[in-house]
Amino acid sequence: MPLFNEEHLQRLSQTFNRWKDTTLRKTLERRPERLKKFMTTSSRPVSRLYTPLDIADFDYEQQLGMPGEFPFTRGVHSTMYRGRLWTMRMFAGFGTAEETNQRFKYLLEQGQTGLSVAFDMPTLYGYDTDAPEAVGEFGKCGVAVSSLADMEILFDGIPMGEVSTSMTINSPAAIIWAMYIVAAEKQGYDRRILRGTIQNDILKEFIAQKEFIFPPEPSMRLVTDTVEFGTHEMPYWNTISISGYHIREAGATAAQELAFTLADGFAYVEAALERGLDIDAFAPRFSFFFNVHNDFFEEIAKFRAARRIWARAMKEKYGAQNPRSWMLRTHAQTSGASLTAQQPENNIVRVAIQALAAVLGGTQSLHTNSMDEALALPSEKAVTIALRTQQIIAHESGVANTVDPLAGSYFVEKLTDELEEDANRYFRQIEALGGVIRGIETGYFQRELAESAYRYQMEIDNRERIIVGVNEYVAEEPIEIPILEMDPQGYERQVARLNRVRAERDNGAVEKALRELEDAARGDENLMYPIIEAVKVYATLGEMMGVLRKVFGEYHEPVFF
Amino acid sequence: MDLSTVSGLTEALLAGDRRALARVISHIENNTELARPLLAALYPKSGRAHIIGVTGSPGTGKSTLVNAIAQIYRGRELSVGIIAIDPTSPFSGGALLGDRVRMRDLAGDPGVFIRSMATRGSLGGLAQATADVIMILDAAGFDRIIVETVGVGQSEVEIASAAYTTVVVEAPGLGDEVQAIKAGVLEIADIFAVNKADREGVERTVMALKMMLSLGVPDRFQVMHHGRMLPVEIPQARRDASAWTPPIIKTVATSGQGATELVEAIENHRLYLEQSGGRLLRDRLRAATELRMILRDYLLERTLAQIPQEKLQRTIEDVASRKIDPYSAVRHLVNEVAKV
Amino acid sequence: MDRKVRVLVAKPGLDGHDRGAKVIARALRDAGYEVIYTGIRQTPEMIAEAALQEDVDVVGLSILSGAHMALVPRVLDELKKRGLDDVVVLVGGIIPDEDVPALLDMGVAGVFGPGTLTSEIVETIEKALGRELA
Repeated sequence: MPLFNEEHLQRLSQTFNRWKDTTLRKTLERRPERLKKFMTTSSRPVSRLYTPLDIADFDYEQQLGMPGEFPFTRGVHSTMYRGRLWTMRMFAGFGTAEETNQRFKYLLEQGQTGLSVAFDMPTLYGYDTDAPEAVGEFGKCGVAVSSLADMEILFDGIPMGEVSTSMTINSPAAIIWAMYIVAAEKQGYDRRILRGTIQNDILKEFIAQKEFIFPPEPSMRLVTDTVEFGTHEMPYWNTISISGYHIREAGATAAQELAFTLADGFAYVEAALERGLDIDAFAPRFSFFFNVHNDFFEEIAKFRAARRIWARAMKEKYGAQNPRSWMLRTHAQTSGASLTAQQPENNIVRVAIQALAAVLGGTQSLHTNSMDEALALPSEKAVTIALRTQQIIAHESGVANTVDPLAGSYFVEKLTDELEEDANRYFRQIEALGGVIRGIETGYFQRELAESAYRYQMEIDNRERIIVGVNEYVAEEPIEIPILEMDPQGYERQVARLNRVRAERDNGAVEKALRELEDAARGDENLMYPIIEAVKVYATLGEMMGVLRKVFGEYHEPVFF
Repeated sequence: MDLSTVSGLTEALLAGDRRALARVISHIENNTELARPLLAALYPKSGRAHIIGVTGSPGTGKSTLVNAIAQIYRGRELSVGIIAIDPTSPFSGGALLGDRVRMRDLAGDPGVFIRSMATRGSLGGLAQATADVIMILDAAGFDRIIVETVGVGQSEVEIASAAYTTVVVEAPGLGDEVQAIKAGVLEIADIFAVNKADREGVERTVMALKMMLSLGVPDRFQVMHHGRMLPVEIPQARRDASAWTPPIIKTVATSGQGATELVEAIENHRLYLEQSGGRLLRDRLRAATELRMILRDYLLERTLAQIPQEKLQRTIEDVASRKIDPYSAVRHLVNEVAKV
Repeated sequence: MDRKVRVLVAKPGLDGHDRGAKVIARALRDAGYEVIYTGIRQTPEMIAEAALQEDVDVVGLSILSGAHMALVPRVLDELKKRGLDDVVVLVGGIIPDEDVPALLDMGVAGVFGPGTLTSEIVETIEKALGRELA
């Protein structure tokens, strides 16, 4: 039932027109507005004023409902942050496992409530630290994990059965997950109680971040293998973190991020259904990961629209019956691409505004970027300020006191509706193309992103969009940001450990495990089991990925733009 | 080696210096003072390579197919020169040349040389520049030269006229049953490759091509030159349908499937041209066309140089204001020059 | 004479974040240059060989992974090996301030971080090539 009745709307419409012709006109005559057009960060036009007329058929129960209930627009929990604050989860990792282990312990001491592991480039591409392809990349943007031995050190002294751990790993996700599981079992925990997330979202790699290795088809098989394994063996583990973050960083608008991420989500659901899994068994373990950019209201609306679209599709299109399957639970991270190398302290303020939007959007966990990330890996001090930003929002700002405080704002509801409509338009386009994978192969997504990224840059270049410190309020001041110092002996130490592992393990057992992995890859059994066996005998990441590379082949993007 | 003189460049290029080859191509592209002397010096060294044109609409996977073909030639120890042509932006005069992205398998192979070219000015001018760059690669000793052109219509017809074997690439599911009908490039095809053959609709595309081929090819067609249509004779051999029927090869360029068959078809066509005298015919045809075009450009330039600027302006005004028709105007101008 | 500035835009190393490289490639096209885009995961050898074949005036490297101090010298070496000493090399990405002087010393003509306007890059290229901006 619409909230506003016909008669009220008609009267309001008269009032609005009168205001436009009198008060507003006079003001505009005296002082024209600052800009010809006002728009969001995503170049979406924004009106001068929003009233009930903009959401004339607004139906509270249909569009919003109550928190913790379908369609979850107002949030996935009925009490939201009154019950429990979001998880403050800072993404961390650099250098050797020892160094990152120290950083993890520091963050836990500072009140962080979950771990989030960043891996270095060679690990993300499934190479051991000493592979020729890995030259110069060791430990640069994450920690190097080449074998179970590294994973054991990474979590040394951290009770793996008690923390929840998120791991940003995609192409080699199955192997890194297996290492985590085996390390936890060696600490004495049952795998069934482990909590955490593997990103494991290969589609967004093809679309945006380009850290793919195998062609789409075997890549999707690996993802589905992990989903199947998790469904049977790891009831508290999120098997995929369907990620819009990287899509946004690659240049997408808010609407594109929303639509492409959810489209990826639907593709994973369909792949798991095709495997014969029960939707209500696996869907509750799918989680999401969204970006939160500069435009405050548009970002808040994006989170609300995402929950509504997912809930409706899961219930109505895929027939899920468990309300947990309808819920879109999400992690959020402030936008790295929005940070500037100029006047880096300004980034603290950007991050604070973005973090506030994520909280008002109802996120379940949050990473706040450090001010120095446009320059280098974050220093401990910068990370601490970023974490404190979340704590200030949680405890001082008052926004956590009530559920979804912006609901009912004409502007926010209108934006939420618009984003949902935009997403539906993109879904139809993707379907017409023949689905997500076909869209990747023909370059549809890549082209859409490149167009948006270029438009954004041109808006800055032409000063249609002001970025403080970049094209306005520019100051030639020396940058004084302490830079993280890494252990200069780290590489040698890591390679020495790797060689020790190779020398001391039972190499006959490794060969046998790798052969079994190869046979399994050529067939169609679930690869998680042979991978776990290979991990146990200390086969290295590079060795296991090498087997899979041989069987599946390597993918090169056939399109650009 | 002195790469700033014609003799230095020529010597180095013929000795296999790749930097010299790249520089010579730039001289041709930029039409520097060295361009014509370089062409003159290298022309006698050319004429050995087999030249393959690969054309088709955007999205058919031409570059990936070229990548696959070149790899097979490399397996047979034949060296390959590749010219990949993409359009110049009419707004900025710049260009984005991205074909190398799909040819990464060829990187680091000393037997392969890839050059990206932008269309730059007029399409007719491009055809001449392309022909010149082909000649340079030929003189540099490449066994096979593959020219990949943007599939936007008439332009590739003329560019492809520099090739001995033209492969027209189609793909299912691009909207039209067969793109060639619209583009009008059907007539220049010696071979059809139906790429992305793992997709739905491939048989429909093949059927459509077969039907069109059964309708036969016309005996002459038009090419665009400097914005004008010129008729070009089709060699006798090609009008005789029994002599060479363009085969239709199904390929999946991303996996290399069908690429060997495609190379076989190209090589068969090469042998056919050699045995039937078709290659010679094509050489003569090209020489005739080329001479005619260069002569026309030359005469035009010379004539224009001899007409006083104000006289030309006045004539333009007269034609524009309908005082005189353009044919009579030209006759007057040429007569005047002849008197001088 | 129809002289066009030719620029190679490449991403060395493993890093796949190609947003910046693509934006720059388009911006340079719109500045009237011929831009050869080679894509991600390029080795220093591949980059230098492409620069040679394409006879470019400028090579633009985009590196966001932090591996620039390892990769840039290797690209410069490979260029030198091929006699391409006169090619203007630019680097863009996440580059700590303290690394900038070292990169410039190696012979890099410009280093650009996040928040760079594309016009600054065009200016640097024109200056390095000794051309007057129109």
